[in-house]
Amino acid sequence: MARPAQAASRAGRTGGPGVAPAEMPADRTALRPAVAAAVSTRRGIELLLLAFAAVITTGALVLVEANQNQQLTLQLLYLGLAYLALFSAAHVAVRRFAPYADPVILPCAALLNGLGLVMIHRIDLALALRASLQGNPAPDANALRQIAWVALGLTLFVIVLWRVRDHRTLARYGYTAGFIGLVLLALPAVLPSALSEVNGAKIWIRIGGVGIQPGEFAKILLTVFFASFLVSKRDLFTTAGKHVLGMTFPRPRDLAPLLIAWVVAMGVLVFESDLGTSLMFFGIVLAMIYVATERSSWVVIGLVIFGAGAFAAWTFVDRVQTRVAAWLDPLSDPTGATYQVSQGLFGMATGGMLGTGLGAGRPELVPLSSTDFIFTSMGEELGLIGLMGLLMLYCLIATRALRTALAVRDTFGKLLAAGLGFTVAIQVFVVAGGVIGLIPNTGQAAPFMSYGGSSLVANYVLVALVLRVSDAARRPAAEKGRAEPGAVATPPRTPLAEAHTEMVSRSEAATPPHGNPVAPATPPRGRARE
Amino acid sequence: MNTPLRRVSLVVMGLIVLLLGQATWVQVVKADEYKANPYNQRVLLDEYNRQRGQISAGGEVLASSVPTDDRFKYLRQYSNGPMYSPVTGYYSQIYGTSGIERSMDSVLNGSDDRLFVRRISDVITGRSPAGGNVALTIDPKVQQAAYQAMASRGYQGSVVAIRPQTGEILALVSTPSYDPNPLASHDGQTQRDAWQSLNPSSNDSPLVNRAISETYPPGSTFKLVTTSTALEANMITPQSPVTAEPRITLPDSTTTLENYDGERCGPGPTVPFSVAFAKSCNGPFAQLADQVGADRLRAQATAYGMENPNLTIPMPVAESDVGDLADGASLAQSGIGQRDVRLTPLQNAMITATIANGGIPMQPHVVSQIQGQDLSVVDTTEPDRLSRAISGSTASTLTQLMIGSENGGTSGGKIPGIQLASKTGTAEWGASPKTNPPHTWYDVFGPVPDPQVAVSVIVEKGGNRGDDATGSSVAGPVGRAVVAAALQGGR
Repeated sequence: MARPAQAASRAGRTGGPGVAPAEMPADRTALRPAVAAAVSTRRGIELLLLAFAAVITTGALVLVEANQNQQLTLQLLYLGLAYLALFSAAHVAVRRFAPYADPVILPCAALLNGLGLVMIHRIDLALALRASLQGNPAPDANALRQIAWVALGLTLFVIVLWRVRDHRTLARYGYTAGFIGLVLLALPAVLPSALSEVNGAKIWIRIGGVGIQPGEFAKILLTVFFASFLVSKRDLFTTAGKHVLGMTFPRPRDLAPLLIAWVVAMGVLVFESDLGTSLMFFGIVLAMIYVATERSSWVVIGLVIFGAGAFAAWTFVDRVQTRVAAWLDPLSDPTGATYQVSQGLFGMATGGMLGTGLGAGRPELVPLSSTDFIFTSMGEELGLIGLMGLLMLYCLIATRALRTALAVRDTFGKLLAAGLGFTVAIQVFVVAGGVIGLIPNTGQAAPFMSYGGSSLVANYVLVALVLRVSDAARRPAAEKGRAEPGAVATPPRTPLAEAHTEMVSRSEAATPPHGNPVAPATPPRGRARE
Repeated sequence: MNTPLRRVSLVVMGLIVLLLGQATWVQVVKADEYKANPYNQRVLLDEYNRQRGQISAGGEVLASSVPTDDRFKYLRQYSNGPMYSPVTGYYSQIYGTSGIERSMDSVLNGSDDRLFVRRISDVITGRSPAGGNVALTIDPKVQQAAYQAMASRGYQGSVVAIRPQTGEILALVSTPSYDPNPLASHDGQTQRDAWQSLNPSSNDSPLVNRAISETYPPGSTFKLVTTSTALEANMITPQSPVTAEPRITLPDSTTTLENYDGERCGPGPTVPFSVAFAKSCNGPFAQLADQVGADRLRAQATAYGMENPNLTIPMPVAESDVGDLADGASLAQSGIGQRDVRLTPLQNAMITATIANGGIPMQPHVVSQIQGQDLSVVDTTEPDRLSRAISGSTASTLTQLMIGSENGGTSGGKIPGIQLASKTGTAEWGASPKTNPPHTWYDVFGPVPDPQVAVSVIVEKGGNRGDDATGSSVAGPVGRAVVAAALQGGR
């Protein structure tokens, strides 16, 4: 490709086709081949962090058993070994299929998953004890089923890493993903309540004894769709309209995609009475449009119409009103409508700063304490400090994904990684915010922690995709030829995330082996090529 | 695209910071408020896991927590539950607490500031924190005599015995009573069944503490207050002639008020006041009340401790009330303890004890000591003199009048060689006072001249003796049995 064409492409922001062009040495760091060989895969660090997560999880499990006066049984050993085996397998898969992937994300997910498992097991014990005192048979142990879900989730994780060798291939399936995602999102709304409603949340598809929350998968599929859609239709969103208050607003007729997303979000809010999914879905769309267009006007428009829609829903829909009233005064009806939220708050307050200790609190008093309300269970037993730690783990996963987006060079990869990272963040915000009283409560699973198969499996797929993109972002160019058959071989280069910024050695740079033109002394823009 | 990506990262951190802020708000700022919320079951559940202090009286352990191997580490147990439950109260996971269990909760659960030093040492030595103990002023022999006297006859009512010089409550009985053990069970169904059988919504429920939570028309026992008022105002002496007519017309009205059974108080037109007191004739006291006036009568009642909504022993005591006293008729009726006059049995015992103590009321109390986990004394309740209610001479005059009343009444249960001073009451109540069996009262102290105990007894609805029941015949033997037990105790 000729240099002027690239410049025009950058200047006009017309974007490329769905699949970004092969890597070009358009930025300064690209001219540092000498560093490439020294790039570490950081897999050793990942293994170390995973071992750390395993130690913490095992320690937590022992604490629970001790505080619950349980014998240290063989089951404990099995649980620990199963955990270790599953994540070792995942680690090996990463080594094999995505060796340059970010080393922090998987251990963070593993730690959250492990602590979630411990909490689920701990609530199992409490519920079994309660049942035995009431003379009822013990309920099934959720922890064992959750381990099976972890196994399934990590299997899919491995399959995604194995089958999707280049994230850019996903862009081809953008519209398919979008269609399936929308269907999944809308399905619970149109299904009869008998098949879609559990505990008042109409976000399920239940067939036989198995229930899945299609929204969890829809969020990934829709992120893939939006990333590819925005890459191919960026000009639609960046065409200038009026300038108001220093912001460039889009032309009204270009608002259609945003309005469609808004209609879907409002539909979810009204027909599924699910502010969480609605907020999540619309938040992801907004964030991705903003990243793609770099125009804050879109965010302003989006927030205004979402706010107006939410206000209208609050005005006209009783269920939404009930939720908002319960949010504004969580103690107004502690034996009825706000029982769950108030019990959750009581639990957290009882935990206080340092928590009661794992196994020493009473999180089981809160209904759904191992699913929707696992944050308050954690807050009660681990305290504010523990809760902060957990939130920081989520923050790490999300910001690492966003960092991947910064580092990766193709537009689709940027949007995909950013969308997935933001998904984790906003889901945590919606779930935790709901149960601790920051926003109205809706039934949603905390990623990796809550008991529940759909959420766990979907989030491991999400992590696999993020790792895939980060592998591409950090992979030295020298290896690209091997990793991506058919791609134009390019000079080895340092991943941006690892790059040094000094320019001293540029004049000494060896001639690129494949005859790429030497970059101009001053690139047209200081920014990395997108 | 990197600029918006960095901003999105900032938004993500902003969201997390919002969550951290809200978590801090819940777990630090609002924590105490949420923890104290009555709907927070954790507080009570946690207490089951700690050894709650014991409640004892006279060296006898009434309530204690024993280790169990079920989901809660300790089970609350009561010995002689029904006899002591009006004092100990119950301790239920579902239905909360009452009595000493509630009033002394901070000591029993170990959170009281007076146990603070001990708590710190618990933390340092790693012992599980245990509660402090509460020792009561209750004398088991007196309590038992009072409970037996009431329960064996199937009486519904109450007995309160006070040591006049100190205000120590020696007995506090309410019958019918209940066993608090099933309510403390760790089995929810046992608790629920017990609660249902106690019929909590009914006025006749055993859960009602008749000694301190119920108020009754005091009937003739209130003549002690009316007489005190007149004596303090120097308006009468025991020799003063008063009307002997069987019935009088109430002031400001055409209503007549008659003596018990419509009898004359004496053969002539007048009798000495001492005779009228001994026979408890109504006419003279109605007239006396009218003469002293509403203000003085109310002031005297208040001096005896009535109309005090904040009385605690430390259980809260219902407010005893003189009523409206709006006109002459209501004032006259109130003077004989009818109309709107309402007293708790405890208040009636306080009046009796004040007379026995030469006119000085003592703060009634049921807790003698707060002890640490190791039974070391942490705090002792000192006798607390309240301000003088009547002069010493009024008190001795009243004592003489009450001796006359005691000696003129029925002899059931009298103790040979011991002089008691007493006043009976037979109080009409309810919507149809002429057909309801009356509540019968007996206020007594002894021995004169050195009273060791003051007792007030109420037997509701005449103890099923029908309309003929009188304070002397029904409540009297109970009161004398209690005094006898107190004196035999040698305390």
